[in-house]
Amino acid sequence: MTETYNDLRKRLDQGETTCSHIVAGALERAGATKDLNAFLALFNERAAARAEEIDRRVQSGTAGRLAGMTIALKDNIAVRDEQLTCGSRILTGFTSLYSATAVARLEAADAIVIGKTNMDEFAMGSSNESSYFGPAHHPMDRERVPGGSSGGSGIAVATAVTQASLGSETGGSVRQPAAFLGIVGVKPTYGRVSRYGLVAFASSLDQISPFARCVADAALVLETIAGSDPNDATSSTRPVQNYADGLDTADVHGKRIGIPSEYNIDGMHDSVVGALNEMRRRLVEAGAEVVEISLPHTKYTIPCYYVIATAEASSNLARFDGARYGYRSPNATTVEEMYEMSRSEGFGEEVKRRIMLGTFVLSSGYYDAYYRKAQQVRRLIHDDMTSAFANVDLILAPTTPTPAFKLGEKAGDPIAMYLSDIFTAATNLAGVPAISFPAGCDATTGLPIGLQFIAPHFGEAEMFAAAAWAERTLKA
Amino acid sequence: MSETSIIDSAILETYEPVIGLEVHAQLLTQAKAFSRAATEFGPTPNTNTDPVVLGHPGTLPTVNRLLVEHTVRMGLATNCRIRPRSRFSRKNYFYPDLPKGYQISQYDDPICHDGWVEIDLDGEVKRIRINRIHMEEDTGKMIHDLDIDNTLVDLNRAGACLIEIVSEPDIHSSREAYLYLMQIKSIVTYLGICSGNMEEGALRCDANISVRKRGAEKFGTRTEVKNMNSFRNVERAIEHEIARQIELLESGGQVVQQTRMWDAASRTTRTMRSKESAHDYRYFPEPDLLAVIVTDEMMQAAQAALPELAIARRRRFVEEYGLPAYDAGVLTETRDLGDYFEAAAGALKQKSTERFKLVSNIIMTEVLRVLTESKMEIAAFEIRPERLAGLVELFASDAISSKNVKDIFGAMLESDRSAEEISAEKGFVQISDNGFIEDAVQQVLAANARQLDAYRGGKTNLFGFFVGETMKLTRGKANPKLVNEILRAKLDEA
Repeated sequence: MTETYNDLRKRLDQGETTCSHIVAGALERAGATKDLNAFLALFNERAAARAEEIDRRVQSGTAGRLAGMTIALKDNIAVRDEQLTCGSRILTGFTSLYSATAVARLEAADAIVIGKTNMDEFAMGSSNESSYFGPAHHPMDRERVPGGSSGGSGIAVATAVTQASLGSETGGSVRQPAAFLGIVGVKPTYGRVSRYGLVAFASSLDQISPFARCVADAALVLETIAGSDPNDATSSTRPVQNYADGLDTADVHGKRIGIPSEYNIDGMHDSVVGALNEMRRRLVEAGAEVVEISLPHTKYTIPCYYVIATAEASSNLARFDGARYGYRSPNATTVEEMYEMSRSEGFGEEVKRRIMLGTFVLSSGYYDAYYRKAQQVRRLIHDDMTSAFANVDLILAPTTPTPAFKLGEKAGDPIAMYLSDIFTAATNLAGVPAISFPAGCDATTGLPIGLQFIAPHFGEAEMFAAAAWAERTLKA
Repeated sequence: MSETSIIDSAILETYEPVIGLEVHAQLLTQAKAFSRAATEFGPTPNTNTDPVVLGHPGTLPTVNRLLVEHTVRMGLATNCRIRPRSRFSRKNYFYPDLPKGYQISQYDDPICHDGWVEIDLDGEVKRIRINRIHMEEDTGKMIHDLDIDNTLVDLNRAGACLIEIVSEPDIHSSREAYLYLMQIKSIVTYLGICSGNMEEGALRCDANISVRKRGAEKFGTRTEVKNMNSFRNVERAIEHEIARQIELLESGGQVVQQTRMWDAASRTTRTMRSKESAHDYRYFPEPDLLAVIVTDEMMQAAQAALPELAIARRRRFVEEYGLPAYDAGVLTETRDLGDYFEAAAGALKQKSTERFKLVSNIIMTEVLRVLTESKMEIAAFEIRPERLAGLVELFASDAISSKNVKDIFGAMLESDRSAEEISAEKGFVQISDNGFIEDAVQQVLAANARQLDAYRGGKTNLFGFFVGETMKLTRGKANPKLVNEILRAKLDEA
């Protein structure tokens, strides 16, 4: 449907197109798809100026690795002198003093950021419905959600406004919209990408995560933004592999692939089961060994995730207090009122729910029963994964139990909404990487289905290889 | 309630105060604890900041290595055990001087624990145990008196490196608390990790205070006293709080667990917040930072680099230089003063216990007087130790009188010339020639026959009169020691 970055780059280098032309096209498509509410800001002048600058480098043969690659950023990733709303009222009027490390690396490689995208408020949600700026819509059916929390970044790529985009994952916020939108979403190993400049939701789970329309583009973006950063103590110092190399001929022959038996849950959509079975058949056909594995603590994933994520969030979001930046209630007359009113009026319902939940699980007298217990469970979930990887190279699983659901369908039922992270959150809790890729469509609705490969810590190269193979075999 | 207790001292004596101190020391580092922003003092408000210090969205902390190294040194200097692996935690509360809404601190398993320091309690050495020393970041400052309508916030101090030293409740009087605090100050300044200046807030102290009947095992209900911003205020505040609690108990009341503020102006403590309104800080491990690892090599290097501390140096000054314990205590109060003494003593051409004591005397009387008057540090004092040694030698060789010493010292402050040069110029030459002094004594005795008769008749208190006359005759240049000896011999020879 659309060309890969490498093909685009060939045309760029041969003078068949220019960055200015590419950027103009991107901004034009963004305008044409405005009703999807994917973008919260477009960097018209900034992107045009960058494009001209990079075009000069293309002509002189000094352009960077990602010259002309257009990028959309989830609006919880900082760009110097630009807005950073996190989809929230509380960051009204705020502009960032610096750029995120991932953004700086993309720009150093001559990628062009064209704007900021819609998201669930502070990345808390799985449908993009909790945004202060209104929900974003599924491009194929406006009555459906694009997934979340990185809905806008997903749409930007799915509608070919940009070549790639960055979202962020805490419990599945990139893979789930990737599955709903029929594109590729990659959650890297915890520590693989610097979190500096990503507004924290749950620090021990968050990772900046790319979207792309093909595996190769996603690999290119990840290898550009990955690597250690002195500004993030939790970033890994391991050297970054060239994930994009050799993907054309990648194969799964001789690989052992595990499918978790616990992921066969009630309520799983037939089309998802069908896609999984089809992939299993193709793997076996290609010479891989597919085995059933057990992740025994799967049923504790969601409760564990929501205790840890909300605990960290309750602390991470304390800085939004009306004192130094962002929204301050005009009705406040005392310090206490400044805090209470600014936060009550500035945060939406879902964010407030999670702050209260997180405050509760950390409070004196409840810490041991909730937070400490959840940490222990997290260790068991982590160990489930590492023991699984003692026997298999990769894990194959559905990304979500169903295709994209309808707007409002789960909005009134937080638990149902939380359960849409069921196949993704364990990956974040364990810190391992995963990639969601398109694996067919629902026969009746035509909505995309996503499957994911989960890899051991820092197993990104093998994960990309398997996904590239799957992409090729499904196209054939 | 007044500072002096209305309770009889005999009743006070039936109670035992139990005190634990929490001391915060701001470390002398150029960068902040978790960012590279500068920490120098005094510039325009909110300029020593960066996005990390300001708590801007998306920023992350990174640990300043010096924070860890300084804390390890403090731990070793206070006989603490050092944890090879410790963690930072978040202490969550809202306050406008706290940009992130939490302070990065340590909670479970702090980096240093179970140590002790010694205090000298009127010649008796007492050990005060240290429960823990942990690392944390400082807060900003609130300014209430610059703007009529608003409170202003200055974040220059926010994020500065801080350690908290928590004692066991081993302190039993305000005097012990004072001595303990002085000891902590001495250690941090000897280590060069903190200026030790309480007035400037580089050293801050909170006290947990309770009283119990002597012999009782159970601790009384404690209060925490804050806002004591000088060493004297710590002593006064504790004294006051002990008396307040005893008066309360004696009058049938009960001590309520609460935090109290010391008011230096009225010299009283008053309620700040009660136990019910105490914060739930919701501590949890800081997910943005990795565990702090202290390797054996780091520990050994820190141990090897530890300077001799005041208490050991004081003992050595007594043994090595033969100084009285008092002198040794004064001279080792700061590392620089001790260094000054040792440099002066080392510069003496002829070394003896007497001369070391003379060096000590001049430092304790003249040098310290000038430093106090001019609010100067010894490091900046114009008479360097070698010149001071010259003055001591001049005096020790009987070439000048003790009065001359003061004059020459004064002149040395004004120029960089040696004591010898100044002495020669002023004609301050003390005459120690026996013949010359004998002649003078003879003249005095001949001129004062009546007094001589009286003396010999038993009025021996006239001795001073003859000394005075002899010194007058020699215009003060005669060596008084020799005048004494010769007079004594002449007067008593008949």
